[in-house]
Amino acid sequence: MTEVATTTQWETVIGLEVHVELRTETKLFCGCRNRFGDDPNTSICPVCLGLPGSLPVLNRAAVEYAMRIGTALHCRVQPSIFHRKNYFYPDMPKDYQISQYDIPINADGWLELPGGRRIGIVRAHMEEDTGKSTHVGGGGRIHEAGYSLVDYNRAGVPLVEIVSAPELRSAEEARAYVDELRAIVVVTGASDGKMEEGSLRVDANVSIRPVASSELGTRCEIKNLNSLRSLGRAIDFEVARQIDLISAGGKVAQETRYWDEVSGRTGSMRSKEEAEDYRYFPEPDLVPVEPSEEWVQAVAASIPLLPAARREAVTAAAGLPAGSDAVITVVHLDLDRYVHAVAGAGGDAALAVRRLANEVAAEIDSIDRLGVDAFAKLIGMEATGALTTAQARTVLKELLESGGDPESVASRLGFEAMGAGDLAAVVDRVIREHPSEWERYRAGEDKLTGFFVGHIKSATDGKADLKAASALLRAQRA
Amino acid sequence: MSGSDSGGAGRPTATGEVGATSGTGVPAPRFAGAAEIAGGVRSGRLLPRDVVEEHLARIESAEADVHAFNLVSADAARAAADRLDAAVADGRDPGALAGVPVVLKDNLCTRGVPTTCSSRILEGWLPPYDATVVQRVVAAGAIVMGKTNLDEFAMGSSTENSAFGPTHNPHDLSRVPGGSSGGSAAAVAAGFAALGLGSDTGGSIRQPAALCGVVGVKPTYGVVSRYGLIAFASSLDQIGPFARSVADAALLFDVIAGPDPADSTSLRDDPPSASARLGEGVDGLRVGIVTELATAEGIAGDVVARAREAADALAAAGAKVDEVSVPAVVYGLSAYYLIAPAEASSNLARYDGVRYGLRLTGGEAGRDGDDGDITEMYLRTRSAGFGAEVKRRIMLGTYALSAGYYDAYYGKAQQVRTLIIRDFEAAYERFDVLLAPTAPTTAFPLGAKTADPLTMYLNDVCTIPSNLAGHPAVSVPFGAGDDGLPIGVQVLAPALGETVMFQVAAALEAAAPPLAAPRLYSEGGTR
Repeated sequence: MTEVATTTQWETVIGLEVHVELRTETKLFCGCRNRFGDDPNTSICPVCLGLPGSLPVLNRAAVEYAMRIGTALHCRVQPSIFHRKNYFYPDMPKDYQISQYDIPINADGWLELPGGRRIGIVRAHMEEDTGKSTHVGGGGRIHEAGYSLVDYNRAGVPLVEIVSAPELRSAEEARAYVDELRAIVVVTGASDGKMEEGSLRVDANVSIRPVASSELGTRCEIKNLNSLRSLGRAIDFEVARQIDLISAGGKVAQETRYWDEVSGRTGSMRSKEEAEDYRYFPEPDLVPVEPSEEWVQAVAASIPLLPAARREAVTAAAGLPAGSDAVITVVHLDLDRYVHAVAGAGGDAALAVRRLANEVAAEIDSIDRLGVDAFAKLIGMEATGALTTAQARTVLKELLESGGDPESVASRLGFEAMGAGDLAAVVDRVIREHPSEWERYRAGEDKLTGFFVGHIKSATDGKADLKAASALLRAQRA
Repeated sequence: MSGSDSGGAGRPTATGEVGATSGTGVPAPRFAGAAEIAGGVRSGRLLPRDVVEEHLARIESAEADVHAFNLVSADAARAAADRLDAAVADGRDPGALAGVPVVLKDNLCTRGVPTTCSSRILEGWLPPYDATVVQRVVAAGAIVMGKTNLDEFAMGSSTENSAFGPTHNPHDLSRVPGGSSGGSAAAVAAGFAALGLGSDTGGSIRQPAALCGVVGVKPTYGVVSRYGLIAFASSLDQIGPFARSVADAALLFDVIAGPDPADSTSLRDDPPSASARLGEGVDGLRVGIVTELATAEGIAGDVVARAREAADALAAAGAKVDEVSVPAVVYGLSAYYLIAPAEASSNLARYDGVRYGLRLTGGEAGRDGDDGDITEMYLRTRSAGFGAEVKRRIMLGTYALSAGYYDAYYGKAQQVRTLIIRDFEAAYERFDVLLAPTAPTTAFPLGAKTADPLTMYLNDVCTIPSNLAGHPAVSVPFGAGDDGLPIGVQVLAPALGETVMFQVAAALEAAAPPLAAPRLYSEGGTR
């Protein structure tokens, strides 16, 4: 047997749990401000501190945002109840978390990746956030710390936890999923989606299995991946670790692992045996959440166009094949209105997509200077040959730098349209000046096209429409 | 604890009148009721300050024997009385409970005033807010006399599970007042206040009311806001009144009942009126004696006899009385001792030493400036802070909710709850109210049942079904036992059936044999 034949090919299986903080004015169960960055323990009250005798009252806005997320993820929005998840931790004021368990508000949906693949959403449920601990000394872990500081401002902030099916197959796909999910929660207005502020946090369940196997391997859960970069690196590391382990005859132990950004490694936090028994039971201090049919419909009607639908619209407007990277970029950068303006004016939408995904994307911070009408006019000038490709790029760059109208910019730069007769005269002159090359070209030496085009370009100071020039050369040869 | 420096048991008083003469020939006081005091204050005939001083005098004379209070708020009561005096003088409406002394079970949060649940674990904690019921009674002009003793976290039936020592029954100081709201029941019986507030999770208002010879009400779940009641078992807890008459209990009920946006389980509609049909009699009402509760395990003969006599009295007053079977109630006790501890195990998790109350750290594991591991802090704090009964229930509840046991225990208990509701509903198709004993026996001697938790738990066999169903029930004094101590009879009603429940309770009260005054006074005052 050869070495290749004995090497198992592995498939990566990833399921993600994404916690999204909702951008409500107030917390999930009390009237305290829900805001990032306040001084520690300034946005707290008896309820979110879990003081004896206090009781939670559900925030209607949080329910609405949760329903928006569920609707956008094509979930069934259903009557739900809250449970208590019991475990001791100092930043959890009641030593239980009010969460949803077997009857979540949103269930059984899907998210379409930019490439078109659909990933199942098992559930998207509501829960309250915990406070934030800072363990001082001992490497930042609670049991070794000299002391710990707790900020309860975050305690009771509304979260929606979105649980995917184990259907992601690579770190790249996991990143694309989170990126897409972030776009969805932002566009629905439910969250600001800021990973750097902890508004969106990811836990990854990672396992491997032999290709073509239908059984799932033993998974490890990697906690608190707080950037797309960490997510990708952690998954890649973990997959390699599991493959090495199994290839060496070992077994993957089901456990919770942490990600160490500095060393670039995952490490064991606790094994399955050490896992908490959360003793879930229905929260007796809250009543069932039963949104009326009218409310559910009103929420559905309020959802703006989602990224997938926007990509579809841009793809259709530009007549491009599905899954185009340029279209993904255009929608990701919120540039689709430029495409639709071009298409609406009967212009070359495919050309618009190319310019947006390249030149405009490179200067996206300057996008506010680029008027939609100006862009549409520019694309029209390029498409009709009034500006050459090179000229159009230069004008676009100028528009992004200083704004303005493409015609006046072009004229200021001396980019005047070269008439068809002028171009023909230049082509004739270049042919006359290079008779031997012309003979070889006529004899079929196609590579000389570049030679002639180059001379035409320099003879016109780059003003010539090179496509038109090529066409003239071909016409003369015939 | 602070007391009054004036007055004594025999001093002429503003409201006390000479009442029934007891067997010893010593005149026993008849304490003025809430309606009487409020009426007097509202009309300007009584000065709130005099009312307060008179009650403080009684507290001063007898509290050392009864130990009803964890805290007597004498100065605050005097100040409140003076404010009320001014309000009356200014012609402002002093409220439905104007000048009425009220005591609060010490699991009701009071802003800036220690609220202990009779537990060491809350040592030093001052709530930053008042419970909704406290706001309501104070807004109605009631004067808070203090915080009363209870079984720790309301877990018990004798008030012996208090970190601060037991309360004694004013009718016999060697006996328990019942529990867990024993302090409020004893305070009202002893005339320390005209009204009391307690909480009833499995009988914690009605059973001590029965043992102390006062009226005790467990309202429909959701009618009285739980905001500010320190939770024992959230799905069962209800706050309710103690009073020396049905009318006074109704008066307090009508003040505290009603929607509260701070409690999600508070019912949104206007509450039923407790006072609406008092005095209308029971002619034509259908009253069912619950067979299973009248014959339950351990119910004493004299208790059953008084319940039968109560039924006869209602029949004599025109009610149609019959026996009715509510089969599922026999499983009530078992279901309760899974559900209540399960919820308690979660509700009491927050007492961990991190944010408030007792914190114990250090010890052998302590390092330089280091107070030891967090787990150690939890263990030390909770081991020292909770008493034996609380620990027992936390363990029971933790077990009942554990993975693999949930369905067999907690899940099954919730099914029993559904069955009990179903059986009650069937009974209420044929009856307006139901009748049952309140407690299995009269007040038992201190220490008699502390060694055997199961015997103690059996005290609640007749009261628990109402909590599981979420229905209202009231215990009304009805005669005495063979030992001369008070016996209570319960009137049970369907959810939101308080109006008819109080109507029947008032008829029962009118037909009841006269109740002996607390021996505390009839035997010549304090020992």
